[in-house]
This record gives sequence, C-alpha cells and structure tokens, in this order.
Amino acid sequence: MGRKILFVTTDQQRYDTLRCNGGTIARTPVADSLAASGIRYTRAVPQSVVCMPSRSTILTGQHPTTHGVWMNGVPLPVDAPSVAALLQRHGYRTALVGKAHFEPYLDPFGRFTENSLARLGVETVTRPWADGSTGPHRGFEHLEFATHGAAAPLHYTLWLWQNNPAAIGMYYPVLDPNFNVNAAGGGATGAPQVHDNPIPREQYHTDWVADRTIAWLNSLPDGDDWFCWMSFPDPHHPWDPPASELSRVDWRDVPLPDGYPQDRAEREAILDAKPRHWRMWYDGALVSNYEAPKTWVPATLTADQVREVNARNAVEVELIDEAVGRVLRAVEARGWAADTDVVFTTDHGELQGDFGLLFKGPYHVDALMRLPLIWRPAPSAGVAPSVVTSPVGLVDLAPTFCSIAGLDLADWMQGRALPVSDDAGSRGRDSVLTEWDSDLFGVDVHLRTITADRWVCTAYRPGSVHDGTEGELYDLTDDPLQRFNRWADPACAAIRSELLAALWDAQPPARAEALELQAPV
Amino acid sequence: MAVVRREILIAREPDDVWPSIGDPAALSTWFPGIVSAEVNGASRLITTESGLKMPEEIVTNDPQRRIFSYRLTGPMVRDHLGTIEVHAAGQGASLVSYETRCEPDTIALVIGGACGNALHELRRQLEQPAAAAGRQEA
Repeated sequence: MGRKILFVTTDQQRYDTLRCNGGTIARTPVADSLAASGIRYTRAVPQSVVCMPSRSTILTGQHPTTHGVWMNGVPLPVDAPSVAALLQRHGYRTALVGKAHFEPYLDPFGRFTENSLARLGVETVTRPWADGSTGPHRGFEHLEFATHGAAAPLHYTLWLWQNNPAAIGMYYPVLDPNFNVNAAGGGATGAPQVHDNPIPREQYHTDWVADRTIAWLNSLPDGDDWFCWMSFPDPHHPWDPPASELSRVDWRDVPLPDGYPQDRAEREAILDAKPRHWRMWYDGALVSNYEAPKTWVPATLTADQVREVNARNAVEVELIDEAVGRVLRAVEARGWAADTDVVFTTDHGELQGDFGLLFKGPYHVDALMRLPLIWRPAPSAGVAPSVVTSPVGLVDLAPTFCSIAGLDLADWMQGRALPVSDDAGSRGRDSVLTEWDSDLFGVDVHLRTITADRWVCTAYRPGSVHDGTEGELYDLTDDPLQRFNRWADPACAAIRSELLAALWDAQPPARAEALELQAPV
Repeated sequence: MAVVRREILIAREPDDVWPSIGDPAALSTWFPGIVSAEVNGASRLITTESGLKMPEEIVTNDPQRRIFSYRLTGPMVRDHLGTIEVHAAGQGASLVSYETRCEPDTIALVIGGACGNALHELRRQLEQPAAAAGRQEA
C-alpha cells in the first residue's frame, strides 16, 4: 500500500482568504490545521489567471504555451498528457469530483465529454491518451461534475432535478438573455453577481462535492491507493451562498481590503500608472475577459459593494473549509489518515476590490497571482512542517503527485516537485512564469510575466491595446500592494533587464499547432 | 453582430469536397455534435448531441459557385447567417471557409467554434477516407 492523494482545489480564491495566510474574515480552521502540520507556501503562482488554462496546467504539468489552452474556451485536447492517467496506469484509483473545466461549458451541440457524462449515466468513457494508448477520460475512472449554479448539463444539475428541481432556479443566473456574463446586482448593496440564494445548505454544490467525494472514497476497497481531485466551484462568482449561512459574516463589519484605495483620485492615479487596459476596463471602455460582465463598469463599484462581496466570499470559503473537514474525517474513518497526502490550492485569484476592480482579467498582480497552497504530506512520510517562501507554481503539482506516488517524473512535465522547505536543496533559480493571451471580439491582449526573488515583471506583447513597449515591474518587498509600477523607473533599469532576459530565456516550447477558440468559456 | 470565420485547407479537389457541403442532409456525417439533419425542401431541422433541435432555412445551395448558406431560425440566435464556400487552392487542394454571422455575439462564437471544429473533421474524413468509413460505422 502506498500514499493516497486528496487533491483539493477551489476556484478563484485569494491567498489572503485563509486565516493561516493572514486572512481576518473567514474562519478556516481545517486549512489552518493542514498548514500547521504541513507545508504552507507563501508565493504560489498560477501559470494563467483564468480557469481552463490554469486547470490544464495542473493536469498536464505544462505551461499554457505548451499544452495549448491559451484562453478560456479553448478545449484541452482529449489526448493531452495527464498526471491522472500516469497515476491510473500505475495502479492508482482516480477520480475528479466537482469542477473540471478542461472543456467549454457553452456547448449546445453537446460536443464535449464533460457535458455529456451526466446524460450518458456513465462514470467515464474511454479516450485516447498522450502515449498512444487508450484509457479513461483524462485518466479519471470516476468523474462527477458540478459548476457554479445549476445551469450546465452536469451531474449536480441532474441531482438537483431529481431531488429538488425548484432549487435550480434559486441560483443566480450566471448568463443574461444575450448569453453574456450577467451584470445584475443583488444583496443589500446591488453588487454585481451577488444574490440571495434560498437553497438549503445541504443541497448547495459545496456540500454536494464533499458528499460525492466521500461516496466515491467509501466505494473503494481498503487496500487501494487513490488520487482524488475534489474540486469546489466556489468561491468563484456568483456570490450566492445559501442564505441560511449569510449571518456568519455581517458585510457591514467587513473591513475594506488593503488593496482597495478608498480615495477615488488616488485609485485612479494608481490605475493610470499601469498599462492602459487597466484604466480602460475601470472606465468601462474595454472588456478583455468574457467572465467580467460586459455591461458592468468597475468605476461604479462602491466601498459597501466591496464589503458585501468580501463577506459573501468569506461565507463560501468557510463552507469549503467545513466540507474539507468532513472529507478528512471520512478518510480517517477508513483508516487512511496516516498514509494520505492532502494538497489544497486554487486555480487563480480574484480581484475582490483591489484597485477598485472585481473578477479577473489580464492583470498580473497578487490578487490574481498569489494563491493559497498547502501540502500536508502523509504523516507516515515524516516530513517536518515548514513555510516555503520561494516562488512555486501550479506547474509543480503534477511532479509533486508523481513524487508522492514514487513515480519518475514524465518527460512532458515542465515543473519540479514542490520543495518541503526553503533550504531543501537547490531547485535552480526560483522563478515562476505566468502568461495571458486573449482574443475576444477584436480585443487581443498578451502578457508574459516572471515572478522571481522579490520582483514581479510583466512584459506586454503587441495587441489591439498595447504596442509591445509596455510593462509592469513591482517590488514585492517595498510595495506589497503593487501600487507603484517601476517599469519606467531608471533606478530599476538593471533589474528590469535582468528579469526580462530571464523571462524570455525561460519561455516554454509552443505547441506545434495552435488550438482554436471554440467558445467564450 | 459578430462574425466568426474559420478556414481550412483540404488536400482534395473542390469537386471532391463540394458533395459533402452541397448535400444538406449530409451535415451530420461531418459536423461533430449534430446527430441528424432532416431536409424538407428549403427547410432543414438539425438535432444536436445534447438533444437540442435547431430549425434552419436554406438560403443558397449553388454548386456552380460552391456556396451553401443557411439561417438558423430557432432558439438562442437572432439574425443568423452561416455560409460555407469551397474554393480551388491549387495543386489539387481546396480552401473551405465557414462563416457565422449572428447575434448575440456570444452565440456567434459558440457556433463559429463548432463550425471550425467541423472543418477539421471534414478534412480528416476527406483526406483519410478509411477514417470516415469508420466514423459512419460507429
């Protein structure tokens, strides 16, 4: 019997939403306990700040340039490399429960496997694998899907239809009648994508994901090794947790985030010092990401709306924490606790009021790029608790899973197993890459970023908004809120050159044939 | 109104490509996600893999110019026009374009994406006839 792996992801969760990372709103005792007994990473960086590319990086262990999912709406090829397939081939039982999103949701033709499994009533289907063989879809022998709300034809929606069909209409309508992401506001402040959801807590998707994870684990024989990706759709917008839970956090008591400059003139001056798509979005003149509601103008965001969004987000984070605790108790009840590794992270962050913005987009700052990441190694492995401050990436997760399972790293993986301490031997230069490419209705934006040492450096490639000379350079030590763009600061010219050289030198190989955008999300 | 245009080069003569395009009932054999296409005069009713039925009006079916165009008149779309053209590209190849114009913009992208994927399947079938036969048997 080897080590089992419980891989927990959330969607769009900021680093500072966990108490162990300095959060002050949500109570997260389960995550905090995992961090105290494991390894807490203080600079975990995604390779993309949107779902599909980032999740594809987690699964493939490759950067977006290489796996080819360059923006949301580009499906990951079914025969892409998969760490789940590798583990399954070596005897691991494998499951993904919750949000997958390697394939687009908007799929009226029903072309994509993720949208068809619930209808077909099967756990998985056989598909080609990267090594030329075939096996369960992306390496998962059990797939059970959920997403935000209950609109998509996924397992959770079907379950609600069978158990409480009225609950489907209780969720916030994610899309408006024109199939754009909804800008409608709600709650007490009218904040976009905030909604009072009367669904019973036990039927909310967070608890459903935990329930279905426990059900799958309980279906396994005691002696099996397993890799279970438990993937919560929250705290991604819409912010519509069960109304019964809202009293946990009174939005009126929520402090404004440090990243939210309360003075409008100050806020706008900060934006004006960044590349121009920042201010253009703020003013409603440009939308470069489909998931930012097209008709919502960030400049209209009020301080109270920021408070209410953060309060609802915190409620969702607490529900996730409690759900994880429930699954850990189920693991313990099976007698697996000593041999189970737990990895907790998310796919990317959320602006959540920073700079007067919400949601996400081509904005490579901590709100979107600094992620919660905790690895609690199996107690039987005897790894000492620690805090790792060196930059690591989600690209390092697949190699880490291989390391836990005692497998050699596959040659297609581009990351390295996560370090267990800051002095755990040299991993080479501690830098991480992040990229953004989008091309949506004539607006194309392209960023390449390196996080290294105390710096975050972003270069802009030419697009419809930028001429290729723009950039951003932040000193994370002196300017942790990334308010002061040092790109054009003569005092930073040398470090800028050094970082740019490292950035371009480290660019991963591009996929031979570019993949086409097939849907907006 | 959004316009999404996809193109592909197929290593077959236009006369070999056109029959798949010009036969409106053949759509389901090369368009992934469409399970049936029922033609009645200038009307076509397609059914998708997800069970959605989409009524269409055939606007143009011109074998001389090798242009086929149609309008979706059913759910989700307003003012749709889909146009497929087959052009000689020299050296025995064809350039096939598939253009989607419609409102709302989001749906243009969804349909246009599916059309682009369909062009890849069309090329696969025409350049690898054995694979096409396998798909029909499946």
